[in-house]
Amino acid sequence: MASVISVENLHKTYGAFVAVDDVSFEVEEGEIFGLLGPNGAGKTTSVECAQGLRVPDEGNIRVLGLDPRTQASQLRRLIGSQLQESALPGRLRVWEALNLFASLVPGGPAWREVMERWSLTDKASASYSSLSGGQRQRLLVALAVVNEPRVVFLDEMTTGLDPAARRATWRLIEAIRDGGATLVLVTHFMDEAEQLCDRLAIVDGGRVVATGSPQSLIAEHGGELLIRFSTDRPDVSFLEDIEWVDTVSRRGPQVAVAGHGPVLALVGAELVRHGIVPTDLHMQQATLEDVFLRLTGRGLED
Amino acid sequence: MTSLFKTTWVEAKLFLREPVTVLFTFALPLMVLYVLGGVFGNEADAGGNGGIVVYGGYGPTNWYTAAYVGMAIAGVAMIGVPAHIAEYRDRGVLRRLRASSVSRPVFLSSQLIVAFLISTIGSALLLVVAFPTTSVEAPASVGLFLMAFVLGAVCFSAFGILLGTVLPTARAAQSAGLLLWFLFMFVSGSGPPPEVLPESLATVGKYAPLTPVVKMLQEPWLSGEWAVGQSVAVLAIGVVSAGAAYLLFKWE
Repeated sequence: MASVISVENLHKTYGAFVAVDDVSFEVEEGEIFGLLGPNGAGKTTSVECAQGLRVPDEGNIRVLGLDPRTQASQLRRLIGSQLQESALPGRLRVWEALNLFASLVPGGPAWREVMERWSLTDKASASYSSLSGGQRQRLLVALAVVNEPRVVFLDEMTTGLDPAARRATWRLIEAIRDGGATLVLVTHFMDEAEQLCDRLAIVDGGRVVATGSPQSLIAEHGGELLIRFSTDRPDVSFLEDIEWVDTVSRRGPQVAVAGHGPVLALVGAELVRHGIVPTDLHMQQATLEDVFLRLTGRGLED
Repeated sequence: MTSLFKTTWVEAKLFLREPVTVLFTFALPLMVLYVLGGVFGNEADAGGNGGIVVYGGYGPTNWYTAAYVGMAIAGVAMIGVPAHIAEYRDRGVLRRLRASSVSRPVFLSSQLIVAFLISTIGSALLLVVAFPTTSVEAPASVGLFLMAFVLGAVCFSAFGILLGTVLPTARAAQSAGLLLWFLFMFVSGSGPPPEVLPESLATVGKYAPLTPVVKMLQEPWLSGEWAVGQSVAVLAIGVVSAGAAYLLFKWE
């Protein structure tokens, strides 16, 4: 897979404030790549530099083979943006917005189709200010993809949405990816990153602290796995002999096995071999939240 | 070209959907003109007022009608345009437009064209209502008046765009625009006759950028002449404003 975005050692300050200290990442074609981190971590600044909306102080950026610093106007025709803290004029109507934004691209894509695809036709004559939060996001996403971009940047797009609208927005994001575009998602929501991203970079204090798929990050940084089940059998000490098991503890019928790596399969197999087939065998897996906590020493929402 | 056309078309519609702008552009100049015309009539002053001939010896309603075309231009340029641009900046609309390949020349040109179009509609409405309802007489030179209108509207709209570019917030732009509009109304020849203004206000009026626009509009209407000096001043205001707005314009 070719990388469509490569960011190397990005550095950006605003006066004395270091917004981005040292950020590097690569985004491959067709994936959903996430930048995950708390507010003020430097995520937005990083992607805005990649879109040619801000000029970095140091570092190299290539997006679709173009340098956003010198080829920003060429680049903007190939990418789609959903920016943080951006809005449309309150009295602009949905169809006018789509029609206008489509006309900004040479070859003018069929905005009516886009309106249909994003279920905005019912709202065609509604003004932007009369739309609900979810409808606004739908329109902003539609505008971001109206020029049939190869790379789409979506910055904090579910902030302020209710859970139903968030989930609907996730479906939109997946639909864009299924359309063949590469996506860069900026978020401070763990569940969003875990649900949607093929790979992600965890950003904290202007630096990338880890990069990988959600699963690999959890496996690598999530700490030990905890398996629980209940049994009447008094002696389960045989589990301690399994290579990947660290500790076995029990309270009454409840047994907790802490371990790592492929421990679940091995514990399961060993239990079956000893004739124990509990119906409540399950593993508590670490989440990205735990990974984040471990890597940065604090929670994401702090 | 398509993008300039579309941007301009959408912007013009949005402009007309702003009640405050529409009120100030279309209704206020008309209302004030109607009051002034009613109070002062259209009899040329013969100099009975302590030897001072007011309104340059022309009929007051003729004088004011030409001047209020200038106020209609100023309403768009100073109350409509700056608040509009500053609000776009405040709300992140400019960020949004920029990210979608709207270029600086396209955006600024669209604002200029829209301001010109709205000024034209506002002025046309003003005259359409003024002729049957007041004692105003037709311009001495219609052709020169129309030329003065085009030059004045374009150049003063550029001044309004400059205001929208340098004023930091929508609030600041709105209050500064309103304040300047009323100040200019009093000192630029649309309020009391300039002959009776106290010296300090007359001086302010002399340097107010709307004054040459108003005078440039009045000259062909009243005497049928082209105001050469005023038109050069107006052109200078337009060119400097446009250049400064282009250089100082910020998307956020």
